[in-house]
Amino acid sequence: MSSRDAILASIRSNLPKLDRPLPAVPKFGDDSPANLVEAFGNALTRMGGRLLDPDFTGDAMGPVRALLEHSRLVCSATSEMRGELDLATVVYPRALADVDHALVRASCGVAETGSVLLTDLDLKVNALAYLAQHLIVLLDPADIVVNMHSAYARPEFRERRYAVFHSGPSATADIEGVLILGAQGVRSLSVLLVPRNATENAEAAL
Amino acid sequence: MRKSTSDDRPGNSKIEPQPRGARNKGNRPIDQAEAAERFLAAPHHQKQHDERLWTLRQRRDDQMWSMPEWEQMRTLASAIKEHTLSHLDTYLEMFETNAKANGVVVHWAKDAAEHNSIVQRVLERRGARTLIKSKSMLTEECGLRADLAKAGVEVIETDLGERIQQLDGEDPSHVVVPAVHKLRTDVAKVFAATIGSDPDNDDPHHLAGAQRDATRPLILNADAGMTGANFLVAETGAVVVCTNEGNADLCANIPDLHIVSVGIEKLIPRSEDLAIFVRMLSRSALGSPITQYTSHFRGPRQGGEMHVVLVDNGRSERLGMEEFWTSLKCIRCGACMNTCPVYRRSGGLSYGATYSGPIGLIIDPTFNARKYSNLPFASTLNGSCTNVCPVKINIHEQIYAWRKVLVRKHETPFVKRAAMKAAGAVLARPAVYRATVERTNEALASLPRFAIYNGLNAWGKNREMPHPPAETFHQWFIKNRGGKR
Repeated sequence: MSSRDAILASIRSNLPKLDRPLPAVPKFGDDSPANLVEAFGNALTRMGGRLLDPDFTGDAMGPVRALLEHSRLVCSATSEMRGELDLATVVYPRALADVDHALVRASCGVAETGSVLLTDLDLKVNALAYLAQHLIVLLDPADIVVNMHSAYARPEFRERRYAVFHSGPSATADIEGVLILGAQGVRSLSVLLVPRNATENAEAAL
Repeated sequence: MRKSTSDDRPGNSKIEPQPRGARNKGNRPIDQAEAAERFLAAPHHQKQHDERLWTLRQRRDDQMWSMPEWEQMRTLASAIKEHTLSHLDTYLEMFETNAKANGVVVHWAKDAAEHNSIVQRVLERRGARTLIKSKSMLTEECGLRADLAKAGVEVIETDLGERIQQLDGEDPSHVVVPAVHKLRTDVAKVFAATIGSDPDNDDPHHLAGAQRDATRPLILNADAGMTGANFLVAETGAVVVCTNEGNADLCANIPDLHIVSVGIEKLIPRSEDLAIFVRMLSRSALGSPITQYTSHFRGPRQGGEMHVVLVDNGRSERLGMEEFWTSLKCIRCGACMNTCPVYRRSGGLSYGATYSGPIGLIIDPTFNARKYSNLPFASTLNGSCTNVCPVKINIHEQIYAWRKVLVRKHETPFVKRAAMKAAGAVLARPAVYRATVERTNEALASLPRFAIYNGLNAWGKNREMPHPPAETFHQWFIKNRGGKR
């Protein structure tokens, strides 16, 4: 008998003899905050992330450009901005080892936890979101959902090979509980609220 | 955020060396109390450990109070797990079918040895000599690192706490914070000896930075990556991993080969069920609303390989244990450890087992009833573990049930058996009981300390006996109520 069949046989002979139906899971969104953007920003800040102040000069990507002023190497997976390193040329993920700032557009945001959802489609090369020193995420305010229940109803979890919630930057408190941002992954996570179409016709080089 | 060096702390020069864990005596019973005593005798370590874990417990409470649906969520989480476990064969087959359709290679391992040899074979086939991995209690349970070392494969732990423990040659002492029993001074010493950091700098920021810098090149050049899994979703074939450091995503997304080791009890049916568990896991563990990273792997990257090893190692047998099968609901959040007065004061390594704290007390004896026969007695049965468990495992009742099983199997030491037998005889006879209580109170008030605090009285270790009352309740009752019933 294969191990597979042996394990399944052992399970079947040991199954608890009781009838436990699978419960329906409610969405728990009844007492949701009136302002999802504000709730998202507060939750993101609590997780150690930063919501960038919007631009008032008419340049939607201005706040990102300001962050990148002293960046040595920018890599963008977005259509809004080009970086110096073209992801289409990356064969091995380790080629991203020296990236300072990575830029990516999120599939959605979650107000409850301040999370952004990134997929393999958003990232182009998954490792981008971990090897870069800093991560900047573009998020359409219309893509913010109220809580994890609404988030898990989204199609990405059935369709994408890789989908990940980022809730703040990489962090650890493994030594005496002292919080340290930038454990093994990115040292900072900044989110800029930009509607999906705002910059489509004004694609800008650095 | 606290930024400090040990210089700000009074009495730094007197910080004691780290107390080590329980002595492993092969198949002979682990003496948890002996190791706990050494931990209690290390005041700086004991205090930091106790306070750190109690802080996590308080943060968990804050999260709980801010969620009106908390109790409803616990009920749902428990119901989903009990449903899945009582249909485990069906859901495992469903997961296998869907994962295979996504391009994942699915393996089945009956025990630790088979798990380790499967992993070794997969690595061998690709000629992989270095493996970066994220934290997994299952690979600790299987002793994977030692077996791979024999096969010439270098394993590099990437979680900071787990890496500290690996470099120090110690097991993790906690399922979520593996090095929580260590002080910054201990970590500075380990890193100075292993990765060449400055031995005089014990600032946690410096230490974490040194580990990041030392590990990064190993990550970039590794031949293969391994992660554990917090959940498997049957209907989508997804492997879900929750970390704060992002190290699981580095392990899975940089080398071309990603191996997942996972126990068969980690299944849940649907994506919507994930919402319940993801909302509760980190709130219960660290008191944060969610882990920094919650990653869903459904298939290999372009040109890559993804393998999932489903491990039984005693779990299917546990499923058939009427009093203990619900321990399989555990999602390894560690809340029961953080709240346990015994755990907080004795350190996870005192249990001498992969799983420590209250959940360990009820899981470890299923692996070896003789070796872990003392563990179910390392509890006050206060029930706090049960109250904080997000999946409603009746942990303290199972601890008590294990005591009965072990006494029946004569796996308890003589002093404990003799004491219980004497107590049984006294409690069965009211007149003898009353006389004994009076004598004991007199004795406690007048006996010299050595007669009370000796090896035969476990309650007198590291704690004072209660002050005896001037009279027993029975004496008071007769005096005040004139003996009228």
